[in-house]
Amino acid sequence: MSFTFLMQNLVNALQWGSFYALIALGYSMVYSILMLFNFAHGDIFMVGAYIGLGVATLLLALVGTGAGAMLPGWVVLVFTILISMFLTAFVGLIVERVGYRPLREAPRASAAITGLMIGIILETSNIILMGGQRVKFPQLIESVTYNIGGVFVTNMKIMIVLVSLGLMLALHLFVTRSKWGMAMRAMAFDYVVVPLVGVPLNTIAAMTFAIGSALAAAAGILFGLAYPVLDPFMGVSLGWKAFVAAILGGRGSIMGACLAGFMLGFIEIMTVPAIQIVNRLFNLNLGSNLRDLIAYSIVLLILIFRPHGLFGEPYSAKLRL
Amino acid sequence: MAQTKTTSSPLPRGVKNAVGRLFASVPLLGFLFGFLACVLMEMAVGDQLANLLGLSKMPVLFGIVTIFKAIAGLINTLFKGAAFDPGTLVHIPMALIYFSIVYLAPITIVTRLTSRLANSLADALQQTSLLFSALVHLGLLYAILHFWGGMNDYRLIVLKLTLIAILVTLSLNIINGYMGEFSCSHPGFMAIGAYMSSMFTVGLFVDDKVLGAAKLSFSLAYLSFPLALVFGGLMAAIGALIIAIPSFKTRGDYLAIISLAFLFIIKSLFENVQALGGARGISGQPNWATLPVIFAVVVIGFWAINNFVNSTMGKALNAVRDEESAAEAMTINTRKTKMAAFMFAAFWAGMAGGLLAHVMRYINPSMFGIQKLAEVLAMVYFGGLNSVVGSIVGAVSISLLSEALRPLEILKWIVIPLLLILVMIYRPTGLIAFREFNIRRILQPRRPESKEV
Repeated sequence: MSFTFLMQNLVNALQWGSFYALIALGYSMVYSILMLFNFAHGDIFMVGAYIGLGVATLLLALVGTGAGAMLPGWVVLVFTILISMFLTAFVGLIVERVGYRPLREAPRASAAITGLMIGIILETSNIILMGGQRVKFPQLIESVTYNIGGVFVTNMKIMIVLVSLGLMLALHLFVTRSKWGMAMRAMAFDYVVVPLVGVPLNTIAAMTFAIGSALAAAAGILFGLAYPVLDPFMGVSLGWKAFVAAILGGRGSIMGACLAGFMLGFIEIMTVPAIQIVNRLFNLNLGSNLRDLIAYSIVLLILIFRPHGLFGEPYSAKLRL
Repeated sequence: MAQTKTTSSPLPRGVKNAVGRLFASVPLLGFLFGFLACVLMEMAVGDQLANLLGLSKMPVLFGIVTIFKAIAGLINTLFKGAAFDPGTLVHIPMALIYFSIVYLAPITIVTRLTSRLANSLADALQQTSLLFSALVHLGLLYAILHFWGGMNDYRLIVLKLTLIAILVTLSLNIINGYMGEFSCSHPGFMAIGAYMSSMFTVGLFVDDKVLGAAKLSFSLAYLSFPLALVFGGLMAAIGALIIAIPSFKTRGDYLAIISLAFLFIIKSLFENVQALGGARGISGQPNWATLPVIFAVVVIGFWAINNFVNSTMGKALNAVRDEESAAEAMTINTRKTKMAAFMFAAFWAGMAGGLLAHVMRYINPSMFGIQKLAEVLAMVYFGGLNSVVGSIVGAVSISLLSEALRPLEILKWIVIPLLLILVMIYRPTGLIAFREFNIRRILQPRRPESKEV
């Protein structure tokens, strides 16, 4: 149980947390505008990963692989991420148009059910189209492992964390500096009055879905690079956990979603060494599959003592039930 | 969208009016007679009729499965180029004919013919106590279900699972409908009920690898089954405290997450406790969950839940949903109300879980996951919030639909979600929402002339 071991886990936690953070952002952004959670978001992440797979395969076929490639792998990767984000944004737009816009005046729970059902439809369509088998994500860049003082870090991990942080920074700049970002923040403040002064609610809502879906697609591709096996239900457990992270961060809080995403990843990864330490100290034999149990118990405790999440406002006048 | 709903096409309305006129003078008792006649007829001539119509065997679920099997064959031919036997297309009209002869015709004829008799009987029953009258109706209903389910093992299991689904939906409706929270914990309560009742029955009366040898054995052991169910229900109710206590301070999304975390914790707990079989679960439950037992439990559950939501406590629950601070100002003890609702709902969910464990005779933690959650939520929101009738409609229609669409295989999971999305868009609170169940009005005789006044 050395320092390097902890550092190693910390690096893994950063990578794992960045998936959660990127997905949680989508939940949180939609929530801040429409006050409802897009339960299809986990499956949009899955769709994004598959779109990324398609785009990557297509690009590799165009430029060639190996020594005779016309472009280096990282260029292909950048294009894959950008094109997939663009395409998946349309999936988000369709989901908003079909599943959420007709239900804007309905009780929030109805929209939640619609979201769940759209998720099931996305999974099933995937099984029908792709045949339900697990597919392998192409390795776009060659994996290099660096040994930094006993801590093994692959270039993949560095890249994933950097890309995630870059996307979060871009989103932050967009929301705080641009006119559209200002409209989003205004809408999050009050979506009844702000449309009266000429800010189009439908456009802003659709834009939020599109941006959230694009981020989910990026997360999907990064996930595919780190764990190169895709299956139709990959979005279910990851999506629900990211949803938990979004709530934990305080609903509607973008910064909170990021931090809570990293925190949840940290808790999940760190549970394993923690169990090992406990086992060694007390001579027990606890399995590492207690991960979910411990992670969710911590979430439960946090929510019991801070019922509005880590960064949420204690009370919101907008809350409609 | 609101306009299109009110001005629906004239044809269905005409048909609806005609059907309404046809059955206007038929009380519930008459319908029960009609269904009984159908079932008896199917028992008598079902097999021969199916043979005569060229169907391989008696259609299981009113011929719907047969029809969808033919459609699924057609779809497979069109998209996968699978071999297709055009003869199966004939099954579609044949199944319809079978349905008309065995179900439609007897029910129309018998209800019409016996309407006078049924009305006078209902009148006579109305003079007796409500309990007796209700018991007579329930007896008839049970007879129908017994004969209908007795014809086929598949039907029996569908019937049992549907009855259990009704109980689960009713109990979830207490929280999600009457209390207006979005609780995701129900599969967790079911899991607690299933595991605890299995521990009781398997642990005490069955030799089992996980739970050890039988500690007791006597011939009337099955009489302890209600005890096992109640034990499971009580344990689920105690588990519900984990959600009920945070619900004092928090509502809405955070409570939804707390309940979701509870679900994951329970599932993970059962996966990790090797003394309860771990991820492999417990099997070999004694076959005690027979149709009469399930029917009785579901009826008692229905009765209790209906009384609960119509009691002062149930009205307080609605007040808490609509405006908590106003409810508090009206001297409602909101904490007590929420706690009672959670524990009561969890108790019945636990009972249902116990029944499920003994119907499947096999449980493992993955049976009580997100998929189960989506299923029960779909039943509640499809049927209708804040309504016991809606719960029954939702549970029965989703259960039967998912069985009937089974021949469509994977396409089933496109059709059912689409249907739910449409229901959510056009009726956001479900098919039959916010309707009270009045047993007196349902059981009373129907006379057209009294209706005109």
